[in-house]
Amino acid sequence: MTDRGDIGNYQPLTYFQLMEVSLRELLVEKGVVSEQAVSDAVEDMRRRGPDTGAGVVARAWADAEFKRLLLENGARACEAMGVDVPATRLVVVENTARAHNVIVCTLCSCYPRMLLGMPPDWYKSRNYRSRVVREPRAVLAEFGLRVADDVAIHVHDSTADMRYMVLPMRPAGTEGWDEAQLASIVSRDCMIGVAVPKL
Amino acid sequence: MQEVAGAGGGQYATHYTAVAARFAQGDRVRVRDSAPLGHIRTPFYIRGHVGVIERYCGAFPNPEELAQMRDGLPAQPLYRVRFLETEVWPDYAGRAHDTIDIEIFQHWLERAK
Repeated sequence: MTDRGDIGNYQPLTYFQLMEVSLRELLVEKGVVSEQAVSDAVEDMRRRGPDTGAGVVARAWADAEFKRLLLENGARACEAMGVDVPATRLVVVENTARAHNVIVCTLCSCYPRMLLGMPPDWYKSRNYRSRVVREPRAVLAEFGLRVADDVAIHVHDSTADMRYMVLPMRPAGTEGWDEAQLASIVSRDCMIGVAVPKL
Repeated sequence: MQEVAGAGGGQYATHYTAVAARFAQGDRVRVRDSAPLGHIRTPFYIRGHVGVIERYCGAFPNPEELAQMRDGLPAQPLYRVRFLETEVWPDYAGRAHDTIDIEIFQHWLERAK
């Protein structure tokens, strides 16, 4: 039995937790998967974090040709960079002086996990999912991001097979920075579109 | 319904047997205002609204069929459709140029005038 975040949780198992445990134990018993394989898969998901996405953004800021490819075909650009994006159709949307992008999945919690890791809890909340499509400016303001009236907001609802990542604007004052320095100012929230990079 | 081998283009071409794509970038489309039972990936809030095809993504197995443990073939063309927020929400409090893009399968779309 692997740790799945249940340390210190003495509540009875919920319906879905019980379902997960039962199904997993049956699959192991029948030899379909091993406990090790399940454990490795969970570990692989946990290991992924927003660093990968930040590296992709930094490369796009530093390399105009890479940026062109990233906007044209996000998955192919990531592959060219050696970033493993299994089975993903990645759509990268670019923030400009005239447009700000923000991502949501109103139906569930679709998220570019291979680039950003596990989604934050608020991304999965009904509050965010139901409100960001209806009053994006108010929701962004609650994140501390005020978008000027002359900047258009583009909300992207990932309802099907595409996954989305925001390419933020490179801030002034970063001239001459290398990719590692650039990546250090690109947070997870910048790539969801609820924040912008700051120095 | 014409079926073609291979989804024939789109941003992410797939290799399923697919329904032919009927719409192109820039076409005005209306989302069907329908409420079938089952696993539907077309959000309620967008049904009945008119938008513009932003891009053709490629053809993908129909999620409504996949949810019934079938193969979802022939694959359905999938589009990103762009809507004006002010068209979707009559009381929208943001700016007139704000938009929302949603992925919608072709069988949920009809040509708008």
